[in-house]
Amino acid sequence: MNKLIISLSPHAHGNDTVERNMYGVMLALLPALLVSFFYFGIGSVIVCATSVIACVAIEWAINKFLLKNPRNTILDGSAALTGLLLGMNLPSNLPIWIIVIGALFAIGIAKMSFGGLGQNIFNPALVGRCALLVAFPAQMTTWPVAGQWMSYTDALTGATPLSIMKQAIKSGDVTTLQQLPDAFSLLIGENTMGGAGTIGEICGLALLAGFAFMLWRKIITWHIPVAIIGTVFVFSTLLHLANPIYADPTTVILTGGLMLGAIFMATDYVTSPMTANGQLVYGVCIGLLTVIIRNWGAYPEGMSFAILIMNAFTPLINNYMKPKRFGETPSTK
Amino acid sequence: MNSILIAVIVLGGIGITAAFMLYACSKKFAVFEDPRIGQVSEILPGANCGGCGFPGCSGMASALVKESEKGSIDGLSCPVGGQETMSKIADLLGIAVANGEPKVAVVRCNGTCEYRPLIAEYGGLRTCSAMHACGAGETACGYGCLGCGDCVSVCQFDAIHLNPMTGLPEVDEEKCTACGACTKACPRSIIELRKKGPKGRRVFVSCVNKDKGAVSMKACKVSCIGCGKCEKECPFGAITVESNCSYIDSDKCRLCRKCVSICPTKAIQAVNFPAPKPVDPKAEERKEALS
Amino acid sequence: MKIRTFRIGGIHPEENKLTHEAATAIASLPKRAIFPLSQHIGAPAKPVVEKGDKVKVGTLIAEAGGFVSAPIYSSVSGTVFKIDTAIDATGYRKPAIIIDVEGDEWEEGIDRTDKIETTAEHPELTPETIIDSIKNAGITGMGGAGFPTFIKLCPPPSAKAECVIINAVECEPYITADYRLMMEKPDQILIGLELLMMAAKVKVGYIGIETNKPTAIDLLTKKCKEKFDGSIYSVEVVPLKQRYPQGGEKQLVDAVINRQVPAPPAIPVNVGAIVQNVGTAYAVYEAVMKHKPLFERYTTVTGKKLQHPSNFLVRMGTPMQDLIEACGGMPEGDNKLLAGGPMMGKALTTTEVPICKGTNSVTILSGDDARRKEPEPCIRCAKCVGVCPMGLEPYLLAKVSEARNWERAEQEDIVSCIECGSCQFTCPAHRPLLDNIRQGKSTVMGIIRNRAAKK
Repeated sequence: MNKLIISLSPHAHGNDTVERNMYGVMLALLPALLVSFFYFGIGSVIVCATSVIACVAIEWAINKFLLKNPRNTILDGSAALTGLLLGMNLPSNLPIWIIVIGALFAIGIAKMSFGGLGQNIFNPALVGRCALLVAFPAQMTTWPVAGQWMSYTDALTGATPLSIMKQAIKSGDVTTLQQLPDAFSLLIGENTMGGAGTIGEICGLALLAGFAFMLWRKIITWHIPVAIIGTVFVFSTLLHLANPIYADPTTVILTGGLMLGAIFMATDYVTSPMTANGQLVYGVCIGLLTVIIRNWGAYPEGMSFAILIMNAFTPLINNYMKPKRFGETPSTK
Repeated sequence: MNSILIAVIVLGGIGITAAFMLYACSKKFAVFEDPRIGQVSEILPGANCGGCGFPGCSGMASALVKESEKGSIDGLSCPVGGQETMSKIADLLGIAVANGEPKVAVVRCNGTCEYRPLIAEYGGLRTCSAMHACGAGETACGYGCLGCGDCVSVCQFDAIHLNPMTGLPEVDEEKCTACGACTKACPRSIIELRKKGPKGRRVFVSCVNKDKGAVSMKACKVSCIGCGKCEKECPFGAITVESNCSYIDSDKCRLCRKCVSICPTKAIQAVNFPAPKPVDPKAEERKEALS
Repeated sequence: MKIRTFRIGGIHPEENKLTHEAATAIASLPKRAIFPLSQHIGAPAKPVVEKGDKVKVGTLIAEAGGFVSAPIYSSVSGTVFKIDTAIDATGYRKPAIIIDVEGDEWEEGIDRTDKIETTAEHPELTPETIIDSIKNAGITGMGGAGFPTFIKLCPPPSAKAECVIINAVECEPYITADYRLMMEKPDQILIGLELLMMAAKVKVGYIGIETNKPTAIDLLTKKCKEKFDGSIYSVEVVPLKQRYPQGGEKQLVDAVINRQVPAPPAIPVNVGAIVQNVGTAYAVYEAVMKHKPLFERYTTVTGKKLQHPSNFLVRMGTPMQDLIEACGGMPEGDNKLLAGGPMMGKALTTTEVPICKGTNSVTILSGDDARRKEPEPCIRCAKCVGVCPMGLEPYLLAKVSEARNWERAEQEDIVSCIECGSCQFTCPAHRPLLDNIRQGKSTVMGIIRNRAAKK
């Protein structure tokens, strides 16, 4: 008879695995991805595919040749997820070689050099994106117009809603804002004005569907996205009421990378705080920073920078925002 | 010209005021530290291993200087620096120091994979303390080495390593400083600091099993069964058998090795002795013929 | 009506109550009974018999070894074979009394009839006599912990007991012993509760049952109404949400009376509650009313690959091997043998371990269930923080314990950990969180003890 197996308790395990969580997030991104393919055509397919393949290949190569790891970590899905998120943060006319450089920053520098999965301080996809933004500002800020199915790098480009909003603030002219699409079109992604944005920020509805899916599967909790969107809504309402050159809150929430960032980027496990209270503080600060950078910073989009700045504060938040210990609640009867 | 003069005077004034303040503070709030503490720290190895029982070498230096006021530093010893270091420190502090015997860590278990069969399969965190909390371990001996290497991970001198063939840790005598970290890390107190012995020779019982003989034999072929033959055989009274387990007092042991040959389970080990000369069959025959 | 539950954390493991409807079978007597001397928290008992002595069922074979200790009674009649060592549920060889079984002769004085004795028929009972009977009968916590019951009924002067809470939750998967006991002996349990309330000098009692046992809730609610309505006692059956670790005493007190016991060294009686397992209440009834000391108990023997998983009324000292044979024998292939349930049970290396006072189940996990998966690096998902019922941060406690940073571990309240295993159950990276935390907790408790001793 076989020897009995021993170990310390517990001897049972729930069915959660790292793969289930990573592939679950990718599944949640699927609606937004499909909508983007529909709007941006083959360019977006090439960009996303290149990003995923590049990220996985770079992680495989680092594991095999630099770290000489016996067990290659590419199968846990985190590299593919980083690739997908990076791709969704890029314009769909970005050349392949730039995307590969972005993947190198994301996986090589922001993830593996810190020690691999679980050890990085900054969100890898955002580090990749911001590195590209700083290194290739021209290519990263020309946005293809929706509806061009067969064009890739030769697509026609146009202004995004965010650039229109920035222009309104700089010029002080409220009428510039009338160029913006109405809230409903922004929500479903139909862009009658021509300009668009990154692959991932097109359809708020699809992203919300992804959010609902992740909540149902218990992959993330509601705290960070609700805190971010709520803060941005409140803050931009106050600004809009003070001075109409600032766009109304619904438009602010539905434009740019806010939805994508709040639901998928800020909720990254490794770089976000570990307690519910900490996550609320984190979300509020990201919301504030986003609005500040968008309105008064040099760049039209503030989400990526806001998240990266707050990533640096996560260890501090973890240190001070402890969960409520059992026994600390005053007894009530 | 005027502005330069003003700038020079103002900054110069601030500088001089600050200098006075620093001087006053350094005099008023000065902490007297015995300069000998710094000198003793220089002599100590600086490994901060804690083997002396004090937090780091500076802690040991303060303790040594404090004790030296009482006239003797017996009882304080740096295991890493050893006799040499202690003599130098004693010279510096102007007192005599007694000679201590050099010690070495000894693993008192010989239950290798060959002698001690596995009866269960352990899954989970592979540390000795976790396996010890789980139960007797993967073998039937609840006192023997668990082979997960807690002693190895805690050694700062690279002096102990697990032998993959036997599953037991082995101590490198040259590197071992007898700091005692491995003895504290072992959850079963199998490792002991024993006298190194002349030419590094020592005899010890390689078993700490306290079960009755029949039970421990089933678990391990070379366990001590507590039969007491060694106790009777020892001409110097160095061996005691307690709770079915034999123990050799290294202060009384004279390395005659009578116990090694008499032990029925070969549980007593003699280390660093020269190999016995190969027996010459013709010489044996002559001996037989003459007697 | 809102179902009550504890306020922080919790998980939902698969129930696997395979023996839910299996009526309790009387286990056959063993050939040789083994009685480890340490079946409880506290000093081991001291033997009062020698090799060759004849004993009957209910004979005292070991007396209490100190104040915090309990006597042990023989559950079989026969001859004492030897006083030796035997492997018990800790996995180590410990001193034990081994008895060769001959026949089934009981001590006179034990009432073996089925008549239910009520307190009305025994006006001579006082709190002191009840506590004495409990102490002399060797009753210890039957839920697994094994704390001597009579000590729990005498709270320290700083604490005042306000209620007795019966723990009939049975939140661990697989185990159904308490459920069968409630279905088969409800009247006796309620009388046991009444005796406990008399001994603790309280008038309020609760019985906490998880909602996955609706028939037991209905039965006990009905019996409670019949017995306690109009009496000086106020007893309520409290249905509790099915969640692990609802059966942990701190979580039970939080759910039933909405009070959270502060960090150790505080105990439930510091917020006014005395918690007793339902098996203990039954044992109290038998001890006080039937003069029967503690020597048998309800135990579940279960496992997915076991042929006939069953509930047994088993004499203590019976080797697990006998019960497993009665259920069809050990299954083929990889197996893990647990004394207890899958969340907090102890894995054993042999089937010769005897059933003791705290053995509420023998669980056999087979095949893939028997092995742990390979751990991966921590992905900082914070799921462990979300499920910890004590509001701790398991990822942090495990990390500082691994790094041997005992000061930080103490700061992070590692001694409050109840070792329920919810964190390790949830971790997607299969990290051995509780293995590390357990080691940190025991080291830090040692440090705290040394510090207190030095003062």
